Amino acid sequence: MSFDALILVLDSTIRLSVPLILAALGGLFSERAGVFDIGLEGKMLIAAFAAAAVGAVYGSAWLGLGAGILASVALSLVHGYASISQRGSQIVSGVAINFLAAGLTAFLGYAWFSRGGQTPPLPPSGRFQTLTLPFADAVRDVPIFGPIYSTLLSGHNLLVYLGFLAVPLTAWIIYRTRFGLRLRAVGENPAAVDTAGISVAWLRYRAVIVCGIFCGLAGAYLSIAQSAGFVRDMTAGKGFIALAALIFAKWRPWPLLGACLLFGLLDAAAIRLQGVSVPGIGEVPVQFMQALPYILVVVLLAGFIGKAVPPRAGGVPYVKER
Amino acid sequence: MRSSWIAAAVAALFATQVQAAEVEPAVVYDLGGKFDKSFNEAAYNGAERYKADTGTDYRDFEIQSDSQREQALRNFARRGFDPVIGIGFSQAQAIEKVADEYPDTHFVIVDAVVDKPNVRSVLFKEEQGSYLVGMLAAMASETGKIGFIGGMDIPLMRKFACGYVEGAQAVNPDIEIYENMVGTTGSAWNDPVRGGELAKSQFDQGADVVYHAAGGSGVGVLQAAADAGKLGIGVDSNQNMTHPGSVLTSMVKRVDNAVYDAIDDLAKDQWSAGVENFGLSDDGVAWALDENNRDLISNEMETRVGEAREKIIAGEIEVHDYMSDNSCPAKS
Repeated sequence: MSFDALILVLDSTIRLSVPLILAALGGLFSERAGVFDIGLEGKMLIAAFAAAAVGAVYGSAWLGLGAGILASVALSLVHGYASISQRGSQIVSGVAINFLAAGLTAFLGYAWFSRGGQTPPLPPSGRFQTLTLPFADAVRDVPIFGPIYSTLLSGHNLLVYLGFLAVPLTAWIIYRTRFGLRLRAVGENPAAVDTAGISVAWLRYRAVIVCGIFCGLAGAYLSIAQSAGFVRDMTAGKGFIALAALIFAKWRPWPLLGACLLFGLLDAAAIRLQGVSVPGIGEVPVQFMQALPYILVVVLLAGFIGKAVPPRAGGVPYVKER
Repeated sequence: MRSSWIAAAVAALFATQVQAAEVEPAVVYDLGGKFDKSFNEAAYNGAERYKADTGTDYRDFEIQSDSQREQALRNFARRGFDPVIGIGFSQAQAIEKVADEYPDTHFVIVDAVVDKPNVRSVLFKEEQGSYLVGMLAAMASETGKIGFIGGMDIPLMRKFACGYVEGAQAVNPDIEIYENMVGTTGSAWNDPVRGGELAKSQFDQGADVVYHAAGGSGVGVLQAAADAGKLGIGVDSNQNMTHPGSVLTSMVKRVDNAVYDAIDDLAKDQWSAGVENFGLSDDGVAWALDENNRDLISNEMETRVGEAREKIIAGEIEVHDYMSDNSCPAKS
């Protein structure tokens, strides 16, 4: 594979891993606080729909993004209410959110736009356009560095850069701030946090709201940045892949970036290598290329990752002793 | 969903009492939905046109999952709708079953063959239309590289691809053609993100015209072409207006005519079961030229494609049908 081809695969990797990174970071906040969230998929989906619907009607990408985040946070609060206030099962609540989002987006899509569950295509102002970094065109012809800077790093939309900046930000919040310390504590030992006079419920609510914001960004990225409109079930399992990446990374921000990039790379490679003749093997069937990411996940999970221990209080509603 | 279906059925019941027309057509769309700007919308347009011409109202239903096909078809048949029209090859199994249960109802299936005495199977010679747009793509390409993106990896899609490759090679024997499929399951018709990524991948490899036959996923392909300043080619319905100036042409499949004719034939008592195969000669497939792509098509291109069309109709050029032997003589 030539250097240029490699750059193009990596470029595609960046585009494909951003929604995973954003959603997985959301999951990290929620799960580190002890609230398991398998509803990442549903929250992304409803955010994608809300963003595309508002973007299409009002022609503003920023309004769309705001709507996406609001919709996703609203579902987060439902999840929070069910699993924090009502102490319901977090898994059941998450599943319910996924079903709700899948049904609601299709239903509202049919009802409002009657285009088979799609939103109308977005006008350019309703989307996040690609940004060209300074000097990108000037250095394009410089060997090695040129393509890396002008193709790989430049020419993405705002949310891509935001997604990558969110990783160090999350690491800093989780490990270096008081909120982060309490967040981790409430996921490990909520009783201790409660004893220290800090509200467990309020901390966990804040965590699920942050999760909602991240999922909102991820969903909006799918519908108004990466493509131009909402299509039924457009998240296509990305929420679950993000969840897998989170477990892969053992709930830590930097390994999470690596895991998401790995999944993105596998996806990008599957797309690029489709129909390409591999030396010595010949043309690889489409089916195999598309199964490859999942096969590798199984191999990696089984062989290389080791035991992933979730936050100790994860999945357990906190009940104050009476 | 169910309640809306019941409401529709109840409404239909009342409608039948008011109307005295002899045919009460019903259309069941495929998963893409009736406003997919492509295949299903063509069927909708046909039904709408019949309604406008004759005043005969029709009922339709957009399925939301595979399991609803059979229910929807059976419900329409039970309510006395006739003909019942199933759009898309995925309806074949369901129609086969329901056609047995209601032998007096006339069924139509588009894009597949169901061998029953009360079923009309409508096929299109997609390879012929694809041949023409392949020629156009090859003539419009400046890099000598073009692309094809199919939806689900099924023989029908290979049929599109094969005709396209043959047409392109007829213009430029050395042309390089990239061929990709969005996926291997039904969701491949509805994944514009992946469609867009595949298109970007082909553009990055140097292609400057990409033909999609991918239903809803094609929305992403045409969008990617418009974003990158390259050319896309639409399919099934005329998609030239989706991104004026960025869509070279569309391979139009006249599903609307098939729907219209099926209803009309039954109303005029000229119904015939069996396989109908529409091609260039009866305008079942065509390439679209309108004000949106007028500037992209030079006179020379138009003349050459026009000549090729005549030759195909006359039988001087024979475009290979992939589905006849599941192989394609032209290699991309």
